[in-house]
Amino acid sequence: MSDNIIVVDQLHKYFGHVQAVKGVDLSLRRGEVVLIVGPSGSGKSTVLRCINHLETPTKGGIYIDGVHLEDKKTNINEVRAEVGMVFQQFNLFPHLTVLQNVTIAQEKVRKRSKAEAEKIAMEQLQRVGIPEKAGAYPRQLSGGQQQRVAIARSLAMQPKIMLFDEPTSALDPEMIKEVLDVMLDLAKAGMTMVVVTHEMGFAKAAADRVVFMDDGQIVEVGPPDQIFGTPTHERTQLFLSKILAH
Amino acid sequence: MAGPDIQIPDITWRDNWREFPFWLVAIFAFLIVMAILVFTNPDIKEAFLFIIPGIQITLYITLAGFAIALVLGLLAGLGRISSNAVIRNIAITYVEFIRGVPTLVLILTLAFVLVPAVSNSFGVDNRNVSIELRAILSLSIIYGAFLAEIFRAGIESISKGQMEAARSLGMNYRQSMQFIILPQAVRNISPALGNDFIAMLKDSSLASVLAVRELTQRARLYAGSTFRFPESYLVLTFCYLTMTIALSLLLRWYEQRLGKDSR
Repeated sequence: MSDNIIVVDQLHKYFGHVQAVKGVDLSLRRGEVVLIVGPSGSGKSTVLRCINHLETPTKGGIYIDGVHLEDKKTNINEVRAEVGMVFQQFNLFPHLTVLQNVTIAQEKVRKRSKAEAEKIAMEQLQRVGIPEKAGAYPRQLSGGQQQRVAIARSLAMQPKIMLFDEPTSALDPEMIKEVLDVMLDLAKAGMTMVVVTHEMGFAKAAADRVVFMDDGQIVEVGPPDQIFGTPTHERTQLFLSKILAH
Repeated sequence: MAGPDIQIPDITWRDNWREFPFWLVAIFAFLIVMAILVFTNPDIKEAFLFIIPGIQITLYITLAGFAIALVLGLLAGLGRISSNAVIRNIAITYVEFIRGVPTLVLILTLAFVLVPAVSNSFGVDNRNVSIELRAILSLSIIYGAFLAEIFRAGIESISKGQMEAARSLGMNYRQSMQFIILPQAVRNISPALGNDFIAMLKDSSLASVLAVRELTQRARLYAGSTFRFPESYLVLTFCYLTMTIALSLLLRWYEQRLGKDSR
């Protein structure tokens, strides 16, 4: 258990009477990059959202670095500061500049001084390649730039884990690469990542394992070459034939 | 309204006139005629000079009342959306109770039932609580309920992703509200808050039933003692309309600026 930075233990999640997740087990070692793929409604985003407690599991447990999230004594805000999350819709704060977007949580949660927070923010903006946009407002940025700012915002907290919830699905095709490149660098730097995406190129280049989910369950887990090349399960083959056909 | 930088061809005089604010001309005409009469007609001038000092108290109870109402409204609005059932029900009770009773009745009840009850329980003789203070408290409690609904709607208008992003960065609920949600919500609802400020300015006239010597009470006193009813109430109308039109034009200008900013 101590090796595993994320442990998802028999996760069940109901929304009303609909069961979105039906007993998922998943463990990640430190520095591992895991992709979750599957048809829409397969529960992949729900699993991701349970990992930083944006959704509360109905049954089962999540352990981050050995800390049990469902334990009443756990300070969820402390855990979340260690778990970055990148959303499909970016969710930048529109009333703040790019720089303020990246500094606010550092100041309020990490209690860093403004100067220190801004220094770290500029380093992270440099890392995602848009330091010149620090003074701009999110609405003045392209989708790809916004998503890179969102990544910088999470990285500035110096998290142990990064979660990506379909980070390129809302982007125009020509902007997908700039976001994937940032994610690829991050994976090479040894970040522990869970990524919900259908980007096969990214999977082959960066993923240690690919998890295929369908109907709230994990159907198949394996290295990217095996899952995308020679999937053993019929449901995986069917799904891949659909997304590869277009 | 349309910027001069955009050349739209073929605007006929008909199109121009359609956009022309005739209503504003009509209202300004009334205000200008009244202003001239205040200077030229001795009866109206006398009425005006008697009534106008009340504007100080009108503005005082409106501003003080609105400031307290903003605090009450924010608290009740946050309570309305609380996940805690007790807090939520207290907030809903407050809002629905106030909204279900006429403003005039509420002012009487709050000033003559609630204030004495509360002051007695603190051991203060309620005769020491001034009628101005009672008017301010009554108006703020009433408008707090209206503002609560505006705050709630404003908070709910911000996409859920904003709260999720803030929380996922480790900010707690209060920090997320204070630094992320409320600044955006307040900006969205500022026109609605402005409208309620104007409404409260008008409703401050109801404080006259408490014998607070604001504009309306002074007009009633003057009319009662001189029997010059038309002069008194025309001047009173003139006073309120000048303030409300000025404020609502200011608000329109601010809304347009807000609209330009967010593009």
